[in-house]
Amino acid sequence: MTNHWIDLRNSDCILIMGSNAAENHPISFKWITDAMKRGAKVISVDPRFTRTSSKADFYAALRSGTDIAFLGGMIKYIIENEKFFKDYLVDYTDASFLVSEGFECKDGLFSGYDKESKKYNKATWAFVKDEKGNPKKDPTLQDPRCVFQLLKTHYSRYNLDTVSATTGTPKEDLLKVYEMYSATGEKGKAGTIMYAMGWTQHTVGVQNIRAMSIIQLLLGNMGVAGGGVNALRGESNVQGSTDQGILFHILPGYLSTPSPAWPTLADYLKRRPKSADPLSANWWQNEPKYMVSLLKSFFGDAATPENSFGYDWLPKVDTGKPYTWLDIFDEMHKGNFTGFISWGQNPAASGANSKKTRAALAKLDWLVNVNIFHGETSSFWKGPDVDPGKVKTEVFFLPCAVSVEKEGSITNSGRWMQWRYKAVEPRGEAWPDGEIIVELMNRLKELYKQDKKAIFPEPILNVKWDYATEGKFDAHKLAKEINGYFLKDVTIQDKTYKKGELVPGFALLQADGSTSSGNWLYCNSYTDKGNMAARRTREKEGIGLHPQWAWCWPVNRRIIYNRASVDKFGNPWNKERAVIRWDAAAGEGKGAWVGDVPDGPWPPMLKADGAPNPATKYPFIMKPEGFASMFGGGLADGPFPEHYEPIECPVEKNLFSAQLTNPTAPTYATSDDIYKSCDPRYPFVGTTYRVCEHWQTGLMTRWQPWLLEAQPQLFVEMSHELAKLRGINNGDRVLVESARGKLEAVAIVTIRFRPFTVQGSVIHEVGIPWHYGWVYPKDGGDSANLLTPSTGDPNTRIPESKAFMVNVKKI
Amino acid sequence: MKVTRRSFFKITGASVAGAAVTGLGLDLKPIISHAQTLKLRHAKETTTICCYCGVGCGLIVHTNQAGGGQVINTEGDPDHPINEGALCAKGAALSQLVNNENRILAPLYRAPNSTEWQHVSWDWALSNIAKRIKKSRDASFTAKNAKGETVNRTNGIAHVGSAALDNEECWLIQAMMRSLGLVYIEHQARI
Repeated sequence: MTNHWIDLRNSDCILIMGSNAAENHPISFKWITDAMKRGAKVISVDPRFTRTSSKADFYAALRSGTDIAFLGGMIKYIIENEKFFKDYLVDYTDASFLVSEGFECKDGLFSGYDKESKKYNKATWAFVKDEKGNPKKDPTLQDPRCVFQLLKTHYSRYNLDTVSATTGTPKEDLLKVYEMYSATGEKGKAGTIMYAMGWTQHTVGVQNIRAMSIIQLLLGNMGVAGGGVNALRGESNVQGSTDQGILFHILPGYLSTPSPAWPTLADYLKRRPKSADPLSANWWQNEPKYMVSLLKSFFGDAATPENSFGYDWLPKVDTGKPYTWLDIFDEMHKGNFTGFISWGQNPAASGANSKKTRAALAKLDWLVNVNIFHGETSSFWKGPDVDPGKVKTEVFFLPCAVSVEKEGSITNSGRWMQWRYKAVEPRGEAWPDGEIIVELMNRLKELYKQDKKAIFPEPILNVKWDYATEGKFDAHKLAKEINGYFLKDVTIQDKTYKKGELVPGFALLQADGSTSSGNWLYCNSYTDKGNMAARRTREKEGIGLHPQWAWCWPVNRRIIYNRASVDKFGNPWNKERAVIRWDAAAGEGKGAWVGDVPDGPWPPMLKADGAPNPATKYPFIMKPEGFASMFGGGLADGPFPEHYEPIECPVEKNLFSAQLTNPTAPTYATSDDIYKSCDPRYPFVGTTYRVCEHWQTGLMTRWQPWLLEAQPQLFVEMSHELAKLRGINNGDRVLVESARGKLEAVAIVTIRFRPFTVQGSVIHEVGIPWHYGWVYPKDGGDSANLLTPSTGDPNTRIPESKAFMVNVKKI
Repeated sequence: MKVTRRSFFKITGASVAGAAVTGLGLDLKPIISHAQTLKLRHAKETTTICCYCGVGCGLIVHTNQAGGGQVINTEGDPDHPINEGALCAKGAALSQLVNNENRILAPLYRAPNSTEWQHVSWDWALSNIAKRIKKSRDASFTAKNAKGETVNRTNGIAHVGSAALDNEECWLIQAMMRSLGLVYIEHQARI
């Protein structure tokens, strides 16, 4: 979330699309309801009429996998009806930038496509530069090569007829949503988007979110209270676990994983683009300080300038090669791993194509599963149709403590890092995860110490491992390491920080090895003032920022991009809901920002007399040029979102172009990878979702009697029309089948699903929750991911679990 | 006015003393609240944050100090600015996650081709896992890739998880895996 949960109350229009917040993030509605009381409008767009839809002012249905068509139509509407916020566009976005002459989008393909590799050469996806190297601009937005005009041309095809024939949404419903939402383009109005896996789990997942980001920029909704682009995270610490870099492509703090593209630390430290514009903060130019401080946290005293602070001890990924979830199970299926560790996760039910995942687990020599309960992963060797006698995999199950049996912090969707205390000792022989990590590594260090001929033992022997107190994992020691220390006396601007002091903020981190910080984004979270995440002082009056409750990254900034919430003089677009404002009298008469922690201390772009202020910086400080990007030149599948059908779809043609599916989407080729489009055996669109009473694969909730009683078994929701077609009655047991797997479920025949009219034909869609598994309860059903395909977004490779093809029949 | 947990108890206590009678009869709400107060009066209160979705609701965990520290009640934290005491069905059931007879409370091992689990000690489990990791790592360690570029990585082990861990544990787990040379490191955020 660029904003945070309580800030929803500041919105004038809340679009809930790609999520069902009332069901899956119920407490968000506390703040949505507050906004509605103030007159805000709520729009729900979903294939199914959900609990969220029931609370909304307006509901529109769309077929799963057609969000870009829907949103592309909104972009066209905003531009053609001049609903955009022009000052914001010109001053804060790349709308005025001129794009390279070679760039084009022709019949669904952008310039530079290579059929063989299914990849783009992105050389033409670039801005035209002036002699200094800065982007050339046309502030009038008239030049046909400026981003704004290219955007207008690109979406000119997204007219109501074509959009409606693709999404199945009635034209009047499209128009109603476009009108309601684009009203937030007015100065002082704020619109927000709440999305979740309904947008991400597609072969166009990233571009779904980009399409909305473009809308938010057109309407001037970024940085303001009640605005932003807000991903509703589904796990209590999935924000934090991402921040801490448990992903193949990033180290903690979103620093790229080393690859041969940067063979040495020196190469790595100069990889970020430079800006020739003195008004661009280009914040990533500080990366060397963050990377060297991270290496000092990794390797402690063993990290020295002479050994490049241990950079060479970090493993390198091959440049451009994906090592994602889908690739892990593909490699495992091919027998390319001997060992696998599944820590606090249930992949045999949670990822797409569970049949493939379960088959892959049987090819391992050993599997370690750390969890609270048994699930489909720990028990895969005795699953349906599996003969344990034929499964060679050794399985270790390590029982871990639950959250209230240990101490530490988690980070919510709104980037709030909140401290949890230990209420009780772990039950039985369960251990806190931190304890398991420490003890396992202690043994590994010992093994490598004893092995005099050990292969490349340096990283194992040198990784800093002093996080125990009296032999037990100590979360405070880690939290301090993540914040960072001064490792020697350092003088910065007349102030001397002593060796051993905690670094007060990331602006003070150094690139010479004199500071450590496990994650620069969390620097400022645990300082000599104490554990900031544990703070409990509520805001007395204001817009709900609660700056002294817990802590949020970066540097306790509650709404990011907040310098775009003001005009060039520093006056808020909306005075009643000001995030920050420039107070000329503050700061001993020199002027200062008041309100939220601003995106940098620099003064507004204009002085009080209207003259440009050379001390200012542009608001979007993480971009090299300092402007928000509507033109996304760095993505795998194009600078502008374009509608493509899901890999499995019910139509033979795409009404927008000759490209039926995303030309860069990955597919796989094992015997368990089968994809079927427009196959009469699988005529219905399938999608997956969650219910309030269960969580994810249900591993933690299926074992709880209250929750299981409320939602005891797998069901499939379908329309009355489809039920009639298949002779199914409400409550019947039915078979749901895709090209990859099948499930037995109870039919729920409901008006919540209605058939779509797509390209003149009737298309049915069914929906299945994915909380169940064969382990428990008996006859509760199995994972909906038995049906989903191994394909995904070309940028992130998140699986396409939200749109695939199935059949339904009575048993 | 924001009602904090403690002021709420004061108000309800006063209401009970006044035997609050509404227009239609006795209002039971204050009395139920008072009964809860009595039950929890000697319990230890610990604040926590819900372990399910990403909203980050606050809860209070009540533990029985006299009875060996079991969790006897969990409820929404009325002082928490996000949820102000409210919880969804899952959050409200948190005590059933802790006090659950289905939890696995000792390490287990399943041998190759075996049909059953066996209980093992932590020391045995961790020592054997460490040996397996070392064997798989050393056998698959790759100093240079196919192009001859230095990569120093372990190709034969993959790791997933977890968004269910605390930040401090997350940081430490990635440090461990990277020091072992793993590059196949993923978790819930990818899916």
